[in-house]
Amino acid sequence: MYVAVKGGEAAIDNAHRLLAHARRGDPAVPELATEQIDEQMSLLVDRVMTEGSLYDRQLAALALKQARGDLIEAVFLVRAFRTTLPRFGYSEPVDTARMELRRRISATYKDLPGGQVLGPTFDYTHRLLDFMLMANGEAPVAPAEVEALTDEDGTPRVTDLLDAEGLIEASSALQDEVPVGDLTREPLSFPAERDLRLQALARGDEGFVLALGYSTQRGYGRTHPFVGEVRVGEVEVEFTPQELGFPVPLGRLTVTECQMISQFKGSAAVPPQFTRGYGLVFGQSERKAMAISLVDRSLRARELGEDVVAPAQDEEFVLSHADNLQATGFVEHLKLPHYVDFQAELDLVRRMRAEHERDQAIHLSEAAE
Amino acid sequence: MSTHVSATASPEAGYNFAYLDEQTKRMIRRAILKAIAIPGYQVPFASREMPMPYGWGTGGVQVTASILGRDDVLKVIDQGSDDTTNAVSIRKFFERTAGVRTTTHTREATVVQTRHRIPEETLREGQVIVYQVPIPEPLRFLEPRETETRKLHALAEYGLMHVKLYEDIARHGHIATTYAYPVEVAGRYIMDPSPTPKFDNPKMHLMAALQLFGAGREKRIYAIPPYTEVRSLDFEDHPFRIQTFKEPCALCAATGVYLDEVIMDDRGGRMFVCSDSDFCEERRSAGHRGSMLADAPAALTGDSTHA
Repeated sequence: MYVAVKGGEAAIDNAHRLLAHARRGDPAVPELATEQIDEQMSLLVDRVMTEGSLYDRQLAALALKQARGDLIEAVFLVRAFRTTLPRFGYSEPVDTARMELRRRISATYKDLPGGQVLGPTFDYTHRLLDFMLMANGEAPVAPAEVEALTDEDGTPRVTDLLDAEGLIEASSALQDEVPVGDLTREPLSFPAERDLRLQALARGDEGFVLALGYSTQRGYGRTHPFVGEVRVGEVEVEFTPQELGFPVPLGRLTVTECQMISQFKGSAAVPPQFTRGYGLVFGQSERKAMAISLVDRSLRARELGEDVVAPAQDEEFVLSHADNLQATGFVEHLKLPHYVDFQAELDLVRRMRAEHERDQAIHLSEAAE
Repeated sequence: MSTHVSATASPEAGYNFAYLDEQTKRMIRRAILKAIAIPGYQVPFASREMPMPYGWGTGGVQVTASILGRDDVLKVIDQGSDDTTNAVSIRKFFERTAGVRTTTHTREATVVQTRHRIPEETLREGQVIVYQVPIPEPLRFLEPRETETRKLHALAEYGLMHVKLYEDIARHGHIATTYAYPVEVAGRYIMDPSPTPKFDNPKMHLMAALQLFGAGREKRIYAIPPYTEVRSLDFEDHPFRIQTFKEPCALCAATGVYLDEVIMDDRGGRMFVCSDSDFCEERRSAGHRGSMLADAPAALTGDSTHA
């Protein structure tokens, strides 16, 4: 066997041609349209948009197609495109109380203003494979149209209801003079404030954030959480151009928001009250929004004077490892040649083995004497 | 390789010269200037997402993209060679996005981007060498927290590192770090030279060229200005020593250079050849012949007539 060191250039070109071929698969099977991915793999598209930090269904669908369905690769394509886009400002904060609801549930109240709305959910389905889908079954009957669930004034959030009674901490007031951080424009430094933490968690890998949230439920930094509310729906994004001076609508986003309510014993200064954990993601992903809100609450340990004892409370640990692009890049870079360093290590191990052998020989001869 | 100096067609449409937008370049240049002003200090910068993966040279690529001008001549090496896959990929990236001339000759290059090696040929004034850095923090494996390591650097509290080296000696009889061997820059900061073999450390000392280090994933840039003192950490009774090789290069008979071990067969056959492929080729074209040149596979010599 022989290790080829030359000829990288031609090999790379050929490998990429082979990749294009493999992506297409059997040409007898019809090509997948990006519209199909957008419409029928919509939750996957949501996830690529969330972790790619770019709300564009068409581009996310294209990225998924180009990446052969590899989620992190698709996120990579979207992020590499996003980084080249000019940034012309910040939108107004979206008002999720005015969300046009598709789904809204609370685990803390049986009924509440605005009601519980199940909407399109996997919850309570029996996970039995539907072989009709494989046989390309007919399109399901379209649901009946009903009037919008949301009235003019929107649907109050559960945490707003608790807020009126002072049972929950007030949500930190928006401070105009403190600009919202953006870790894609400024390097993350520690300690990181909540805006940056939430951004990092929203961009973070769903599996990683989920596992961390899960760990808090299993005793590693317990927060005693309740789902105050999960809501999914459309919100309007508004932007105030400098030359106009008033906000104009830019478009609509589908988002999932989770407000987690957790216990807090109170302190000398603050009476016992509930605290908040918050999560917001693009599209419909309750799992991610809930996991973020668990980890968000855990990461507030420092602010709330709790002991930092668990991984999910340790912001350096969480924020440094949540990004799946950074993680996959560094893990997979081990595929790159390392023979220079390996040579140095080979040399060292050989030398140490020789020394070991010599020591053993001396030891043996001494024992024999 | 036959493509010694190649001029390429116009850069990729739709992208700025050398990919990054000018605001980003300005931000990176500011970080570079600060890094040069404080040799060995790690300057945080707003590393961008690049179209290649983190850990594959995004830091080096951003530094190179920010300093590259239209008249520059770029050389990219990985493991000392211009022809390793990732070096090829990065060189192509700049050919496409900047349209600058590229070369394999160290002497002709104005900017050399490298991973894991410093070329054998002495770099001269006016040249810039850009290192790709995976983990910029030399203390990282002794203290995982950034908040702590920044404090240690601020206080020049480097006891941890000396204890680590001392423990090596106590355990093995010598320092067991063979690459990414820590250095002290300009008598102040302890710095990670990137995972170059310690063989290359002495080349950093008083180097005439500007040395820039980019870590994309970790969002740090650091630098060594020309003619700066760079000392590899050691002890009086255990002075710093570089690797030595018993045999000369099997292709060009060079001695005192870093060699790669190449496994020839499954019966233990091996040969040692220059890690710096350009250096090796130049010596061969100047008539130097190693002991195994005649028998070496074409994949090693880069000679297409020699199958």
